[in-house]
Amino acid sequence: MSDVAVAPESAGERAFAETIEKDQRVEPRDWMPEGYRKTMIRQIAQHAHSEIIGMQPEGAWITRAPTLRRKAILLAKVQDEAGHGLYLYSAAETLGADRGDLTRRLIEGRQKYSSIFNYPTLTFADVGVIGWLVDGAAICNQVPLCRSSFGPYARAMIRICKEESFHQRQGYELLMTMMSGTPEQRAMVQDATNRWWWPSLMMFGPPDADSPNSAQSMAWKIKRHSNDELRQRFVDMTVPQAEALGVTLPDPELRWNAERGRHDFGEIDWVEFKKVIAGGGPLNAERIAHRRRADEEGAWVREAAAAHAAKATRRRETGA
Amino acid sequence: MSEEIRHEWPLFEVFVRAKRGLNHVHVGSLRAADHEMALHHARDLYTRRNEGVSIWVVRSDDVVSSGPEDKDAFFAPSGDKVYRHPTYYSIPDSVPHI
Repeated sequence: MSDVAVAPESAGERAFAETIEKDQRVEPRDWMPEGYRKTMIRQIAQHAHSEIIGMQPEGAWITRAPTLRRKAILLAKVQDEAGHGLYLYSAAETLGADRGDLTRRLIEGRQKYSSIFNYPTLTFADVGVIGWLVDGAAICNQVPLCRSSFGPYARAMIRICKEESFHQRQGYELLMTMMSGTPEQRAMVQDATNRWWWPSLMMFGPPDADSPNSAQSMAWKIKRHSNDELRQRFVDMTVPQAEALGVTLPDPELRWNAERGRHDFGEIDWVEFKKVIAGGGPLNAERIAHRRRADEEGAWVREAAAAHAAKATRRRETGA
Repeated sequence: MSEEIRHEWPLFEVFVRAKRGLNHVHVGSLRAADHEMALHHARDLYTRRNEGVSIWVVRSDDVVSSGPEDKDAFFAPSGDKVYRHPTYYSIPDSVPHI
């Protein structure tokens, strides 16, 4: 036979390549390269951890929200973040990851979460700016993930994206309300915008030239667009929103480039980005300590519920 | 470590009927101590915005599924029975309503 010299390829490898090639979805029980499985578990777990840790900055304001309406909105939003984390842990479990093990990896610092949640929420305007900029950036990142090649991840993202739109709009509406208030309230919005703008741009990850895993993720169609492309989209979308709101984005180099048909913007402080990723952000230690405390303090509830379930099963089986 | 994993609640698959007249559709999974808790968690997790009128929860252990590896052999019997499809039969165009 003429193809004798060709490296043998298993039926699984062929089927996987064909699925990716045809833009179909890979499902959990399909054969997949070990690297693909590892990348997917790592990415989904990091994403899930980000949602769970992401409850903290805004959760801190639930008791201090200025009106019952804002409190109800914020509660619903933080509950959504918990839900998003759980959709994603569910997707990770389809690949044989164990939810309890993933949580342990998070609180032991062995798995990461988005660097954005290591910054403090100093005023109630931060709640609005997180909705507008942080959730806005998350939407930019997540919409293309709805077409990610791994089926359970793509399906979780569809569900998440439907809900994120409320998050961004409530934030923007909150800021519009504050901007129509007192000079002090307007100053709070500007101050929060100044503090969150650059960390929001960092959410898209390192520049393409410095993003070693991107090419493989694009080839596997886990990722659909490069970090820099998504960041550019976010900037172009956000500039008119800032104008409508009446705030200035804190970048003197930010301007429309008619030739490119896009905005030029200044250099991101990648030293800060790396520092926060490595654990040196303002609140890294506090975020993890809080998550660990919640896990430990909830242990007796989990054990009691398991004991109750075991007892009920025993009683049913013995008819007692 | 194995001790802690043993304390982890079992996994349940969740199926939601979006509205009357539709089938229940698989939406994801969750962890719960028992079926009753699984139903409550499923309501909180998968129907926060009126996504359903009915929920099923099933222990993931109890789901039996065909594997992708035996796809060909498993589904082959339906492949060669073209006479099960209406387009297999040629009827003159002049015959109405068929």
